[in-house]
Amino acid sequence: MEILSQVHSKRLEEYGYENRNFVVLTADLTDSCEATHFKGKFRERFYTCGIAEQNMLSLAGGLARDGIIPFIHTFAVFIYRRAYDQIAMSVAYPNVPVKMFGFLPGIMTPGGASHQAIEDIAVMRSLPNMTILEAGDATDVESMFDLVYDIPGPVYVRALRGEIPRLFDKNDPIKLDTPRIISQGNDLLIFSSGICTEEAIRAVSILKKSGLSVCHVHISTLKPFNNPVIEELLNIPKYGVITVENHTVIGGLGTIIAEKMVEYGVAKKLVKLGLQDTFSHGASKRHLMKYHRFDAAAIIEEAEKLSGKKFGISENDLAGVRIEAVHSDAKPEGL
Amino acid sequence: MSTKELRAKKFANGVRTRVLEYIIQNNGGYMSQACSSAEIFACLFGGIMNLEPVAGPLIPEPFSGVPSDHNKNYVPGYYFNGAHKRYADRFILSPTHYSLVLYAALIEAGRLEEKSMSQFNKDGSTLEQIGAEHSPGMEVMTGSLGQGLSQAVGMALARRSKGETGKTWLIMSDGEFQIGMVWEAFQFMNHYKMDTVGIFVDVNRQQCDGAVNSVMQLGPLGDKLRDFGAEVVKVDGHDIEALYKAAETPHKEKPLVVLCDTDPMRGVPELMINRGKLHYLRMRNEADKERFQLELDKLKGAK
Repeated sequence: MEILSQVHSKRLEEYGYENRNFVVLTADLTDSCEATHFKGKFRERFYTCGIAEQNMLSLAGGLARDGIIPFIHTFAVFIYRRAYDQIAMSVAYPNVPVKMFGFLPGIMTPGGASHQAIEDIAVMRSLPNMTILEAGDATDVESMFDLVYDIPGPVYVRALRGEIPRLFDKNDPIKLDTPRIISQGNDLLIFSSGICTEEAIRAVSILKKSGLSVCHVHISTLKPFNNPVIEELLNIPKYGVITVENHTVIGGLGTIIAEKMVEYGVAKKLVKLGLQDTFSHGASKRHLMKYHRFDAAAIIEEAEKLSGKKFGISENDLAGVRIEAVHSDAKPEGL
Repeated sequence: MSTKELRAKKFANGVRTRVLEYIIQNNGGYMSQACSSAEIFACLFGGIMNLEPVAGPLIPEPFSGVPSDHNKNYVPGYYFNGAHKRYADRFILSPTHYSLVLYAALIEAGRLEEKSMSQFNKDGSTLEQIGAEHSPGMEVMTGSLGQGLSQAVGMALARRSKGETGKTWLIMSDGEFQIGMVWEAFQFMNHYKMDTVGIFVDVNRQQCDGAVNSVMQLGPLGDKLRDFGAEVVKVDGHDIEALYKAAETPHKEKPLVVLCDTDPMRGVPELMINRGKLHYLRMRNEADKERFQLELDKLKGAK
């Protein structure tokens, strides 16, 4: 698997040349959100707002009203927690095109609970007019810009930075409210989003070798969520459905799928992997995914429980397929 | 007295009259805000602001839904302040509790039909007590206090980057300077040397719980604003000449703040019975109504 670095940074700079009508706003996390190259190239289209997110979000609403599209760059957690009322009233209510790139979603930061956006989807999804996207790989990150720009209203993105795998074909761009079906199968249905998709790909490859027929779907649009293919997919699996997300299981992907199952009258078991209604703490992504049970091993355990089968998959087997960020220039995620 | 002054006095008197008339009918409303800010509205709408003619019907349409991709019928309230033009000014009412004052001012300015007031606070109307951006004269959503300034700064920044020359004028209340994000906005304007924003602050020293300094002391507001990079002028907020002159203050690379020292009982001295809690005037009984009816008669006589 190809591992790329600074994907957002490169694409942002490129997009600066392709499109003249947007500006970048940051709140003292320019380098941490891969906006430094853009700043260097387009100084007149870059605004540093200081550690003042409330002003930044309302100001972004004002800019958008007058035809300049702001691309907010800061940590996900500081967007919706620090400036929720401003997002609700200055951005979402008027339905203006403010594009919020929230970095380090979920447990992707060793910064601990203060830096971890664990309920952002739940919070932002309940806001009328809001679109929510989550990147799962380099192709999602690169191809998202046009989509984000073209949506007429506000967009909240769970953005990725640093070392990112390429899971999807470079020429297969992200599309609004369009799930990516990674594998077909009729025993089990797995929905994954964000960084969990890589985990699910590992788990599914082993489960398939063990004889389980698994349908695996990557979700990159959390809102809107109206694609009719979801109903078709939900009706297929024999044993049930697993969702896996880098977010609390309240209000995110698991909840969305649960709502759809009820809406479509699909009476099947649903296992929601993710943060189980808990805050987390500062540690590595790998450790926290294991600790909170939303890694490949947890998916396999739940698949065994739902199917009533034991596949005897060991940690070693998983390690065999695990394509760790062993890239020569892989660095630990800093703050 | 100059013609300008006479006109503004008549305008301000009309604002107080209309607001009090409504409040007596409705058994309550935001009165002291009209008393303190009537001259500020009169000067802004009477000549300080360079506004285009009303860009739509003078009687507002009924509520047509909130903004969304699916609502093609949405009508913004700013058209009463004129079309958006490169050279035209904008007006933003930051404390939306002054909505009734704004509607009365639009009527005085000939921008809203007098009979529209019958829709005020009625179900299905856009003339809401605390207006939204679909309400006449409203440009942005400002009911949650403090957000008006930052939105105005964003609009002004976008306009500056496009080379537009029009200014953005705001009315703010002194209580709003208790809010952190207001100072964040001043920081930003200072950093980016923004000089197309002008703010009239109604320093009436009143807020919902009572006197501003009893709720949370503001300290030396003028000095604080100067420290944050603003050009600050202090005026008697009922002095027409002074208000007009203040708007002319040069403010190169800085926002202009006009601190208007005002009297929240001006023109309606009977409000003295509510002194200490002037935010919302309630007609508790017939005696209240009779007392304020006398005040209304005096205001009408002064026309």
